[in-house]
Amino acid sequence: MTTSLRPLVTRTSDSPGPTTPVKIGVTGLNFFYGQKQALTDLTINLHANIVTAFIGPSGCGKSTFLRTLNRMNDIIPSTRVEGRVLIDGEDIYSSSTDVVDLRRRVGMVFQKSNPFPKSIFENVAYGLRINGLARNRGEMEGRIENSLKAAAIWDEVKDRLTESAQTLSGGQQQRLCIARALAIQPEILLMDEPASALDPIATQRIEELIYQLKVDYTIVIVTHNMQQAARVSDQTAFFWLGQLVESGPTEKLFTNPAEKLTEDYVTGRFG
Amino acid sequence: MSTRASRLAGDRLLQTMSILVLALSLVALAALLYDIWSDGWYRLDWQFITSLPSRRAASAGIYPALVGSLYVLLVTAVLAVPLGIGAAVYLEEYGGGGRFARLIEINIANLAGVPSIIYGLLGLSLFVRAFQMGPSVLAGGSTLALLALPVVILSTREALRTVPMSAREGSYALGATQWQTIWHQVLPSALPGILTGLILAMSRAIGETAPLITIGALAYLDFAPSGLMSPFTVLPIQIYNWVSLPQPAFAENAAAGIIVLLVLLLTLNAVAVVLRDRFQKARQ
Repeated sequence: MTTSLRPLVTRTSDSPGPTTPVKIGVTGLNFFYGQKQALTDLTINLHANIVTAFIGPSGCGKSTFLRTLNRMNDIIPSTRVEGRVLIDGEDIYSSSTDVVDLRRRVGMVFQKSNPFPKSIFENVAYGLRINGLARNRGEMEGRIENSLKAAAIWDEVKDRLTESAQTLSGGQQQRLCIARALAIQPEILLMDEPASALDPIATQRIEELIYQLKVDYTIVIVTHNMQQAARVSDQTAFFWLGQLVESGPTEKLFTNPAEKLTEDYVTGRFG
Repeated sequence: MSTRASRLAGDRLLQTMSILVLALSLVALAALLYDIWSDGWYRLDWQFITSLPSRRAASAGIYPALVGSLYVLLVTAVLAVPLGIGAAVYLEEYGGGGRFARLIEINIANLAGVPSIIYGLLGLSLFVRAFQMGPSVLAGGSTLALLALPVVILSTREALRTVPMSAREGSYALGATQWQTIWHQVLPSALPGILTGLILAMSRAIGETAPLITIGALAYLDFAPSGLMSPFTVLPIQIYNWVSLPQPAFAENAAAGIIVLLVLLLTLNAVAVVLRDRFQKARQ
């Protein structure tokens, strides 16, 4: 479907890129659901310790692209990937890559918060247990406390750790999911519209959290909320029909984009 | 106005008919239960449950058949539950909808509808003769396990399908392997549904007569089965045997036997329902 369209010009803005090293290098990435091509020839560098936002209309492939970065699409039948995704210079799609180890290094927070139907404590403990990251009860408890603190939810749950995670509010559940992802100490955190189901106050808390977390993590966030992208991200990439139209510093992309399409999208003049 | 009136009338007609149909089936069930209860209740005592069958109706009991039913059911459960859940997990989580998996799927769906006597014939030639188990508890349990297996597989797959993709993704995203995800997230979430399927399968197995007669279960047994290789009889066969006798006193014994079978069935179901609710609560 997308292949019949006129190829879009992919251009990176001229201003100098971020000063941090490249964490994820993507070259010539194509992705297919069965016969349908969802991503076409993506090439982009994502830098360490900054927040990169993916924006674009629904169905543009931004979530699909995010999920190629921790090979989450592997669990969807009859999908296919071409091209290269390097993390710290290693191809994550090479046959020698351990996908379980990859997902431990590349954490993910989903659009709809999906805490396990267990206690708050057990939700965070799960990742530590299956990866054998805590040698004893004390270490387990310490790591869980640190993760909940890092996700700015400790004060709200410290007295009710044994309660079911389902009793938390939507915003708390999403921060619990972030804590769960942080517990196994990933290097990269992928966030797929993490605040799209939350009210403005809960959204603000998540955004503040993202701002704090970038000191330690490389963060990639998908959002369809352009104000959010402008608020939280350092770099922004704009996707359209499975192609990368433009990427660059967030401020430039929103105020002085190189492409007419980007300008139309970020100013809301569409259709 | 008139169309609105006629639509409302149609609505009321359908509602009335649904209630009538429901009432009809409930009345039929109540009549059946009343009939059996009135025939058999006064034969129900400790003597009836602990006695061996006898030529004299008044001193006959169901002890060997009751123990036999429990033994056979235990063997059936031990075989059918792990095999059935394992097969369902393979087909749903690993099989991945390939042509081979689809072929197995169609066959299992068909097996669930095969008449039970066919399983009896299979059990006779496979377990009793080829594996030389004889007409034993083990052969009976194995035969009923074959019968229960398709039901267990189908209902377990149904239950696995209700576990949302987001639960699996949450687990994978934390670096869990497929087996860890299935064991720690998918199976616990599906457990209430799986238990419902097990109730259905075991209820069907405990009521079966034909396949067990086919493999040579005895109609008259003056001792309770003592082990896996022991000959056996089961409650439905004992009941069938009594019903076929001409003396009216034995018909009363049959009615009392049916009450025991029903109570056994309801107890098993109640246990499963309680277990299911506890698992459901534990996960909320």
